[in-house]
Amino acid sequence: MNGALDVALRLLVVFVVFLTFPLIVGQTEHKVMAHMQGRLGPMYAGGFHGWAQLIADGVKFAQKEDVVPAGADRRVFQLAPAVALLPYLLVLLAIPIGPSEGAVGQVLDAGVFFVLAVMGVGVLGSLMAGWASANKFSLLGGLRTAAQLLAYELPMLLAAASVAMAAGTVSLPGILHSFHWWWVPWQIVGAVVFFVAGLAELQRPPFDMPVADSEIIFGAYTEYTGLRFALFLLAEYAGIVVLCGLTTVLFLGGWHGPWGADGLGWVWTLLKAAVLAFLVIWLRVTYPRLREDQLQKLSWTLLVPLSLAQIALTGIVKVVIS
Amino acid sequence: MTFAQAQHGFLSPTGVEIAFLLVGLVTLGAALITVTTRQLVHAALWLVVALGGLAVEYLLLTAEFIAWVQVLIYVGSVVVLLLFGLMLTKAPIGHSPDADSGNRWAALTVAVAAAVALVWVVTDAFRTTWLDLDGPAAGTTAVTGASLFRHWVLPFEALSVLLLAALVGAIVLSRKARADEAAAPAAPAKEGVR
Repeated sequence: MNGALDVALRLLVVFVVFLTFPLIVGQTEHKVMAHMQGRLGPMYAGGFHGWAQLIADGVKFAQKEDVVPAGADRRVFQLAPAVALLPYLLVLLAIPIGPSEGAVGQVLDAGVFFVLAVMGVGVLGSLMAGWASANKFSLLGGLRTAAQLLAYELPMLLAAASVAMAAGTVSLPGILHSFHWWWVPWQIVGAVVFFVAGLAELQRPPFDMPVADSEIIFGAYTEYTGLRFALFLLAEYAGIVVLCGLTTVLFLGGWHGPWGADGLGWVWTLLKAAVLAFLVIWLRVTYPRLREDQLQKLSWTLLVPLSLAQIALTGIVKVVIS
Repeated sequence: MTFAQAQHGFLSPTGVEIAFLLVGLVTLGAALITVTTRQLVHAALWLVVALGGLAVEYLLLTAEFIAWVQVLIYVGSVVVLLLFGLMLTKAPIGHSPDADSGNRWAALTVAVAAAVALVWVVTDAFRTTWLDLDGPAAGTTAVTGASLFRHWVLPFEALSVLLLAALVGAIVLSRKARADEAAAPAAPAKEGVR
């Protein structure tokens, strides 16, 4: 195939995934939450079980007036949603869903580092929004976001480093190519640490202190309306897709499964990621919000030591079997 | 790195060289704005541009690993820490009246001297060294790791000890502050009882 056409096609596919998967997760969240709470959830939009609810929401957001507060720092305020959203699009490029060369947007030599580095950049969007809004609730939200990121970045990195050690490579397809089933019990502690730290980085409940609506309205996003607010929401759900995809690739063996090794590997990837996304929603409905001090304590006194222990275990096993 | 003295001129630059130069100019501009702007938070955000530009330069030199580590550490952590600190100081929107330094000429002198020294040393040392961009990447993770742990183990270990000392120092400082704090509120509490 023509080189340029190939690149264009890959970018197009990743872009379509980026636009649709977060909406699917969002709609699932509406329905799953509703049924867990003994409700029906959206039922009218689109006819069949309210499938078009999020499209209707999008149309509503697009119609709203785009307000920038008078005291705000205009340019930073307007730039923030893009800074929050774009990194997840870039990360999606690097996540492999199947074993073949064509099943990943772009093979990167240092994929794990790329993914974690770019995800960290997304938080800058929340910080910019929090400061530029000229609103004390926004500022508090921004502060909490920064504190949370600083606390949870370290265990996430250490957990990912453990897998990289086990595989002997930092390329995402490379890690999957050297995966064996017994890696799952071996790396399970790292997997839990990675997933929990990722949830905290996305500010999903029970780690939603930065947007705690009952005390600081909506944190850094308080002043946003219309499309810019929708972009922040989209960033949150794209973040869920990315986190679930990454956990699947790093810890759950991605395309590996009991059957369907040839050609159907991508089904396994999507299935595992979907189960994880369900777990994310389930956690939101189940647990109350953690307090700020509990958040910090969980990271520094539990997740960091656990991830260090996982690295030690990985090193020992690696030395023993080689 | 390959050593090929012949056929490298400065008058017929390749596409990568032009891109390198342009990104370098953007990085330099962002760095200049960082130190001259009167808006504190804007300075931090321009720093993001400068550090990101540096990462792109690493990428253009095929040092992929270094580039992503640059983004991860500097953009993802150091700048977030900076912004966190700025938010704690209630950095105002618009100009900060006291965001100015009396010793700006001294700073300029030091900066220019450092830049001249660095440029001179680097061009003198690597004048005949050319990076073969079309061959196998010279900065992959494997190559970087091998050279780091084969040729540069001692500096690496020395740096780790330095960082460890800094970490321990930070913990000692914060613990002492907490002990003072715990002692301080005891007195007002008694007053409250009275």
